[in-house]
Amino acid sequence: MEAGEVSVLIGGKAGEGISSAGQVIARLLGQLGYRVHMHFDYPSLIKGGHNFAIVRGAGEPIGAVRNRVDLLLALDQETLRVHEWRLGGSGVVVCNSDTVKCPPGIGIPVQSILASEAAPAVMGNSAMLGAFARAAGMDWALAEQVFSRSFLKETARNLRIARKGYDASGERLRIQPLGKAPLPAFTGNEAMGIGLVEAGLGVYLSYPMSPTSNLMHFLAARADEARVRVIQPESEIAVILMALGCAYAGTRAAVGTSGGGFSLMVEALGLAGMAELPALIVLGQRAGPSTGLATYTAQADLEFAIHAGHGEFPRLVIAPGDANEARGWIRVAMDLAWKYQLPALFLPDRIICEGMYSLDPVATPGYRAGPVLADPGVHTYYRYALTDTGISPLRFPPAKGELVRVNSHAHDPDGTTTEEPGITRAMAEKRHRKMAGLARELEGLHPVKVAGDPDARTAILCWGSNKGVCGELGERLGLRAVRPVALWPFPEGSFAEAMDGVDRFYGVETNETGQLTRLVRAFGYQASGMVLKYDGRAFMVDELEQELRKVLT
Amino acid sequence: MKGTDLISRAKNTWCPGCGNFAIQHALKDLLAEMDEDRTLPLERVILVAGIGQHGKLFDFMNLNGFYALHGRTIPVAAGIRLANPDLTVICVTGDGDSYAEGLDHLVFAAKRNLDITVLVHDNRVYGLTTGQFTPTSPYGYRGHSTPAGEQERPLNPPGLMLASGATFIGRGYTGRRGELKDLIREALLHKGFSFVDILQVCATYNNLTSYYNERVYTWPRGDEGDLRAAQEKAGEWDYSTDARIGLGVMYRRTAPTFEESYPVPAPLSPAEKDGWVARVMGERS
Repeated sequence: MEAGEVSVLIGGKAGEGISSAGQVIARLLGQLGYRVHMHFDYPSLIKGGHNFAIVRGAGEPIGAVRNRVDLLLALDQETLRVHEWRLGGSGVVVCNSDTVKCPPGIGIPVQSILASEAAPAVMGNSAMLGAFARAAGMDWALAEQVFSRSFLKETARNLRIARKGYDASGERLRIQPLGKAPLPAFTGNEAMGIGLVEAGLGVYLSYPMSPTSNLMHFLAARADEARVRVIQPESEIAVILMALGCAYAGTRAAVGTSGGGFSLMVEALGLAGMAELPALIVLGQRAGPSTGLATYTAQADLEFAIHAGHGEFPRLVIAPGDANEARGWIRVAMDLAWKYQLPALFLPDRIICEGMYSLDPVATPGYRAGPVLADPGVHTYYRYALTDTGISPLRFPPAKGELVRVNSHAHDPDGTTTEEPGITRAMAEKRHRKMAGLARELEGLHPVKVAGDPDARTAILCWGSNKGVCGELGERLGLRAVRPVALWPFPEGSFAEAMDGVDRFYGVETNETGQLTRLVRAFGYQASGMVLKYDGRAFMVDELEQELRKVLT
Repeated sequence: MKGTDLISRAKNTWCPGCGNFAIQHALKDLLAEMDEDRTLPLERVILVAGIGQHGKLFDFMNLNGFYALHGRTIPVAAGIRLANPDLTVICVTGDGDSYAEGLDHLVFAAKRNLDITVLVHDNRVYGLTTGQFTPTSPYGYRGHSTPAGEQERPLNPPGLMLASGATFIGRGYTGRRGELKDLIREALLHKGFSFVDILQVCATYNNLTSYYNERVYTWPRGDEGDLRAAQEKAGEWDYSTDARIGLGVMYRRTAPTFEESYPVPAPLSPAEKDGWVARVMGERS
């Protein structure tokens, strides 16, 4: 075991509840005061196939996992075959001795336990969870407390099965309690759902697509209590246009998709830009191009997000680094989209969407801004009034005696179509002026994060979910880890501050060409090299450490 | 409010003799009347337009509105209705607009019984792009893209809407402006998805005035709730071969609307929001 941390892998077939078992392990570690990250790996199918979750706990907030694990929980032979190498010398195997040829370790007769309770196969993970708790040196009382809150269906039977697994197991290592207040663990999708409700969401629209489907499911399951409506229209084209209809009428909407769905939304993105309609688009990145690897990760849509759409129009692009930032910054994105009346693109990657993280009680940054509203006493209302800030105050219909008109064509201040060159130019400049205010406001929100050694002259540059792995390795290797959260408008001032004193830097990105590394070059920053990964998988801490050591020497 | 107040000062650029004028004036007269007797206050009316000659109606009228994209009026209308069901949304679209590029939205609006009124300015030709065939152009239509004559059969929009679950289906004709106005009134007053295919004369590229005048007649009233009768009416003319062309209300029935199925919740207060977040976090601790 690495000092002060623990890593557990549970694997089995799709449909055996691997993800939910991983979540229970995360919850157990959370109760011991650990900050957790869970990485869930699954192929794009419903039953069968190999699923696994790696849960890692540490004393400080983390957002990455290691290749090496301390405990390997194998529900089937395939798990052992694929992952046994991860144990190294000291790891412990807990396996289903009824179906797996177990190496030395702990064998749990899962099928026999299930038979004794006349329980279905899907409850086998409860036996493994009980066995894990014992192997990790936890008291039954603590385990039972967490299990009883986690097994929402058939609680009593699942608890009996877990107890039998616990009794059949044996203590092999003791995960030390850290004495910190426990934090609950949520996926990035769930954290975004919380953030959206905090942001005053009225309507959530989505066409199902990994990796953001679970954001729709989270909100749909809580739609009544959170007072939001969740709508699944006929296509992503309908999704985004319905959201723009909501915006016109004054209701905060958000949409969620991935690259393929966003491709379909691009025409309407320009409409949002031209008609100056606030829109919040969650673009959960997965490995492309095209259908790509439907359930695996990538950070390859940054340039797409910044450039999508024909013509020129202002937009906001934000990439959170973990579930906490996903929750806090999605509200920033919503408020800024409404204040500046433009489309905001929110770019988590699959690791954030479907990975679990310990969630802080309070969202940060605590930014709040309302839309600029027109004075209802002033006649005549001009939807596209020319102003110094470029922001035309909003009104929503019905507004007796006034007209509220938005238009995809070039238009006059009242929204009527124009082809006149003077007003065309004036309106383009008005829209563009919004970017200046937006950029200023972003700079005040600490949009570029520095982790690791802030004084180091060698830096690694990353974005999105590589926050976790780069932050840890910055600490370990004495590197400055620089990470913009806001990517467009690019926070030039904050980035310059973050890079002050850096002699050389390396881009670390989960894509093939180094999209952020290329973006910063336009602002005068030339990387000395890049470490890139584009096989659908995230960087593991130990893996990236080796890669970085290679390029740094 | 006089009807003429609804006509904007924007320069009208439709061709002389364009059927769009009849639709514009029918709508202007109707909305002024409905505002006057408060059956439909004007400030609650939202005009959503697509792209095509029909879309210019947005500029030519003093109404709240959303000048959207080609084929994309209906999802915008759905969003407006979701946000505020007190607003009355009229989608004006074209045959290229709603039968080609945005056909899926039309079918789904009917399926959902979205409470909006869709007026299709069906001139059966692309006017704005100078005369190419559309999904309702007659078989053999000769345009710039089909100089030898189009080889596809036209869609039958009322038949399609009937199969899609539309709860109000009508057909109007720009050569009968008075009847058209009455038909649109019924469509607006119908609770649920109202679809009106308006046979609109295109004076420049597809002037079917005498063809229509020789064939149109008004459907007798009384059997609008009869599905079989509606099917017969829909099948009477296939938009290509020679037949009588019925006008008026083809079909009408009541059904729960999309908006009723997703009632608007009052938003959470800030304190309620905090309570909700605390509850969700608590479930995981």
